[in-house]
Amino acid sequence: MRFGIVVFPGSNCDEDAFHAAKDVFGQEAEYLWHKDADLKGSDVVILPGGFAHGDYLRTGAMARFSPIMASVRAFAERGGPVLGICNGFQILLESGLLPGAMLRNRSLKYRCEHVYLRVEQTDTPFTNAAKPGQVLRIPIGHGEGNYYAPPDLLKSLEDNRQVVLRYTDPQGRVDDAWNPNGSVNAIASICNERRNVVGMMPHPERACEALLGGEDGRLVFESIVSAMASR
Amino acid sequence: MIDSAVLERHGVTREEYERIVGFLGREPNLTELGIFSVMWSEHCSYKSSRVHLKTLPTEGPQVLQGPGENAGAIDIGEGLAAVFKIESHNHPSFIEPYQGAATGVGGIIRDIFTMGARPIALLNSLRFGELGAPGTKRLVEGVVAGIAGYGNSIGIPTVGGEIMFEPGYAGNPLVNVFCLGIARASDIVKGVASGVGNPVYYVGAKTGRDGIHGATMASAEFDDSSAEKRPAVQVGDPFMEKLLLEACLEVMKSDALVGIQDMGAAGLTCSTSEMGSRGGAGIEIDVALVPQRETGMTPYEIMLSESQERMLLVAKRGRETEVERIFEKWDLHAVRIGDVTDDGRLRVKNHGAVVADIPNRALTDEAPVYRRPMAAPEYIEEAQRLDLAVLPAPPSPDRTLFRLLASSTIASKRWVYRQYDHMVRTNTINLPGSGAGVVRVKGTSRALAMSVDGNGRYCYLDPKRGAILAVAEAARNVACTGARPLGATNCLNFGNPERPAIMWQFAQAVAGIGEACRALSVPITGGNVSLYNETDGKPIYPTPVIGVVGLLGDAERVVGTRFADAGDAIVLLGESRGELGGAEYLKVVYDLVRGVPPAIDLDRERALQQLVVELVEQRLIRSAHDCADGGLAVTVAECAFGSGGGADVSIDSISISSQSAMNEAAALFGESASRIVVSAAPSHVQAVLDRAAAAGVPARAIGTVGGARLRFAVGGRVAVDVAVDEAERIWSTTIESHFARRVA
Amino acid sequence: MRARVFVTLKPSVFDPQGKTIADALHSLGYTGVADVRQGKYFELELATTEAGQARQLAAEVADKVLANPVIESYRVEVGE
Repeated sequence: MRFGIVVFPGSNCDEDAFHAAKDVFGQEAEYLWHKDADLKGSDVVILPGGFAHGDYLRTGAMARFSPIMASVRAFAERGGPVLGICNGFQILLESGLLPGAMLRNRSLKYRCEHVYLRVEQTDTPFTNAAKPGQVLRIPIGHGEGNYYAPPDLLKSLEDNRQVVLRYTDPQGRVDDAWNPNGSVNAIASICNERRNVVGMMPHPERACEALLGGEDGRLVFESIVSAMASR
Repeated sequence: MIDSAVLERHGVTREEYERIVGFLGREPNLTELGIFSVMWSEHCSYKSSRVHLKTLPTEGPQVLQGPGENAGAIDIGEGLAAVFKIESHNHPSFIEPYQGAATGVGGIIRDIFTMGARPIALLNSLRFGELGAPGTKRLVEGVVAGIAGYGNSIGIPTVGGEIMFEPGYAGNPLVNVFCLGIARASDIVKGVASGVGNPVYYVGAKTGRDGIHGATMASAEFDDSSAEKRPAVQVGDPFMEKLLLEACLEVMKSDALVGIQDMGAAGLTCSTSEMGSRGGAGIEIDVALVPQRETGMTPYEIMLSESQERMLLVAKRGRETEVERIFEKWDLHAVRIGDVTDDGRLRVKNHGAVVADIPNRALTDEAPVYRRPMAAPEYIEEAQRLDLAVLPAPPSPDRTLFRLLASSTIASKRWVYRQYDHMVRTNTINLPGSGAGVVRVKGTSRALAMSVDGNGRYCYLDPKRGAILAVAEAARNVACTGARPLGATNCLNFGNPERPAIMWQFAQAVAGIGEACRALSVPITGGNVSLYNETDGKPIYPTPVIGVVGLLGDAERVVGTRFADAGDAIVLLGESRGELGGAEYLKVVYDLVRGVPPAIDLDRERALQQLVVELVEQRLIRSAHDCADGGLAVTVAECAFGSGGGADVSIDSISISSQSAMNEAAALFGESASRIVVSAAPSHVQAVLDRAAAAGVPARAIGTVGGARLRFAVGGRVAVDVAVDEAERIWSTTIESHFARRVA
Repeated sequence: MRARVFVTLKPSVFDPQGKTIADALHSLGYTGVADVRQGKYFELELATTEAGQARQLAAEVADKVLANPVIESYRVEVGE
C-alpha cells in the first residue's frame, strides 16, 4: 500500500513518517508537495508534524489554503483514511476536516516527553489493531496541544465515540496530573463522524523502533496496513 | 569626518587606523571604516587569540576539514562526514535573552548546512548567575525558551548539554551552542568565491537595520550604557531558516554552486571578504540590489547589518536559472547582487558608484594580530591554598548528599530539556539527562555520540589544568556511551584580553587544551572565541567549553548512564584520591572555591577511555557514568535514579586530613579525575576486571544494584543510608520548583 | 486606507497567557488590575479609499483567515 506524506514549508516530521512507513513497515511511500494537487495514488494520507508556515498567525492556519488540501479533503470525503499527527492534527482542525481547535499548552511551555494513552475506540483505520482500553506509551512534542471543544461539541464527540485516545496514568486511569497540556477531557486524539479521518497529538512514528525507546507506536501503522489489506 | 570620537565608537585604535590608511593608500571613508571596524573586531578577527590558537592540534587522519571554514568535519566511514562546531552568543543573550539565544542557535545551524551537511543534532552549554539571585530566572527562562523556540521549530533535536549556575556569570551569562550535521564526505561545500564573472547571489530574509555593530558589541564589555545597545540584537525567524536549509541542500545537490557562506557576524561584509580571500579572488557587489526591508538604508548600514537567515552564494556562470528556480520552489528569492572578479578586492557600489574599495586580505588574513602581554593574576596563589584542617566539621554524609543533589549544578535539569524537542528526526538513542547525547546515522548501522563540557571553577583555580580536565571530561562522556572520540571543537569564554591576567588565563587554557587533545587524539576542527565577558571590570571565570564527537560502529550497542537490573554489580574504573580542590562539595558545604583542581594523568585517562569503549563493544557492561561533579556518591545516585531501585556500595577509606569526617567526605564526594562508574551483569564482572587489569586501569567491584536504599560504606563503616526515592525526589524537583508555576 | 482588526479569545476559552500576565501584575503591586485577556492586533493597508468597502474587506479577511471562529471573535475599525 502507498502512504502519501504531505510536506508543507516548515513541516519537519515528514522524513520521520516516511521512514516509518517505508523503512520500518516496508510500504510504498511518497512525499506530496503542498503546492501540488496530486495525491499520487496514495491509499492513506498523512499530515506530519512540524511548524507548517512557521505556525505564524495560528498553528495550522495557513496550511489549509494550500492546493494539496483540496485534494486531501476530496480524498477524505471519498472515505480515504487520513492521519494528522501533531501539526497535522492542528491543520485538520483549521481546515474543518475535524471539529474543535487547538490552544497553547496550559503550562505555556513546549513539552517533549513520553506520555501514556488509553485507546478508547478500536474501530478506526489507525487503531483497529489495538484492544479497547489498551495503554500505549508514545512521545509527544508540542507547545500547542491543548485541545478545545465548546461544551456542545464536546458532548457530541463523546456521545458519538469520536474520542480515539486519552491521556492517562501508566495504568490507564484519567488523572489531571498526567494530562501534559490541559486538553479538555484529556483528549489526545479524535476522529470525524465518518471515522476515516483521525488527528492525534502524540507522535507514533517516534515509537516504532526499540532502539529509540519504545515500540507502542507500531500499532498505529499496523492498524492502517491491515485495514488496507482487508479492503 | 573621521575623528577620534568616530574611531572610538567604532572600536578602532589610532594604530589600527594608520594601518588602514596604509592598506588603502589613502584615508578611508565612513563606509570603509565601518567595514574595517567589524572585520578587525575581536569577534571576527580573533586578533588577541590567533597566536595562541595556532598552537592547537588540528590534524589527524580522520580530519576532513580543520579550522578556517564555517565548521569542521571528520570522517565517520561509509563515505560520510560529521560536520560540527560550537559557537557563542553571550553578549546578545544578556541584552535580549530569548532572541539572543534563538539567533545563536540559528547562526550555528547555518554554519553547518552551509557546508552541505544536514544538521541532525544540537547541544548547548549555558551558564548563569545563582539560581536565587535577582535577574537569573528571567535570563534562564528567556534563553531556554529561545533555544527551544528556534530549535524545535526548525526541527533539529537538542540531545544534551550542560547548565551551571555560579555568581560570577550573573552579569555575563554564557550561551554556547553546538550543532552537528551529516554530509557525504565528497560533497562538502566550502565558503569560497572563484571564477571570474561567476554570479554572486543573495538569498534569504531582507536586510534591515538589526544588529549593526553587533560584532563590535561582542567585543566590548557591558556597563550602564548597555541598555541603549538594545537595537544591536537581531530577531530570528526559524521558519525562514528551515526554508533556506532545504533550498540550499537542494541547490548543493545540483553542482551549480561554486561556494556558499552564511551571513552571520558582520553580515555581508564578512561573507564577501572571507569568500573572496579563500578563493584568492575579489567580489564586487551593488548594495542597491540587496533586498531591503527598511527604507533609506545607507551602504554603511547594508554592509554592516546582521539581519538573520541570509546566505551568500557564488554560482557557476550559465547556471543562474537553475539556481533561481530551486529557491523559487521554496518561496525564496535568490537575487544576483554582483560578480566574482580577479583583483582580490572587495568593491562595493551603490547604484553603480563605488562606495568602498578594499583589498580582501586586509580584512581577513592581514587583519591585526596581537601578542598581548600576560601575567599570572594576583589572586591565584592564595586561591590555590586549601587547608582542610581549619574547616569546621562537615555535616553528616546523608545531609551532604541531599544538599549536593539539590545544588543547582547537580540537580536534574529536566525542567529545561523537556522544553527542547529531543526526538524529532527519529534518531535519538540516548535522551538528555544521561551523559553524552547519542544519535544514530540513518542508512548505516553507526551512531554518533557528542558532549559539551567545561568547568569555570577549575579553570579559575588553574586554567591549564582546568582546560585539560574539560577536554578529558567531554571525551570521557563520549567514551562512556561506547563511542570512540574522534574530534573536538572549542568555545573559549574569557574576560577582557587587554588585561594581562586574562590573557594569561587564556594562553594557559589553550595550552591545556592542546596538551589534552594531543594525548587523547581528538584534534580541534574549529571553534569560537568570546572575549570581554566582564561587567564593570569583573570578569567571568575563565571558561573553555569543549565539544567532543565520537563514533560507534554499532548503534545497537550504545549504553546509557542508568543502572539496569537489581543484582547487577557496580564497578569503579579508575582511582579515587579524595581530591576536594574546586569541588562542588567545598562550594555547597563551605561556600569556598579554593584549592587546586584534581590531578590528571593523560596516559591513564586515555587508557580508561579505550577500556570503556572496548567494554561496551564487547557487551560486558550495562551502563557507564563519568564520575564528575559531586564525586562518587552523587554519580552512583544518578545511576540509580530512574532505574527503579537503589544501590549498596562499599569503598575504601581515604586519608587526606586529620579529621575522619573530612576523610569520609573526601572518599564520597571528592572529584578525582579519570573515573567511571559502570554496572555489569554478575556473570560479566570478572571479565570486566580482567580487561581493566590488562589495560592497566585500576578497577574494583564496589557494590550491587537494587534495594530501596542508597547505602555507602566507607572503610567498612556505613556513612550514607537514605531512601533512594527521597533522594530522587530532591534531585528531580529542585530546578522545577524554582520555575514551575502551574497556571491551571 | 488603514483598517485595524482586533482578535480576541471568546470569553468561554481559558487564556493561560492572560492569567500569567495578570498574576505578574499583581505580584508587581498592580492590584487594581482585575483581569487580563490577551489577543491579537492586525493593521491592514487597503487599496480602497472608501470606508464601507474597507470595513467589508477587513471583516472578510478577519473571518476567513485572521480569526479562528471556534475560539476567537473579532472587531474591525476603519479610518485614519
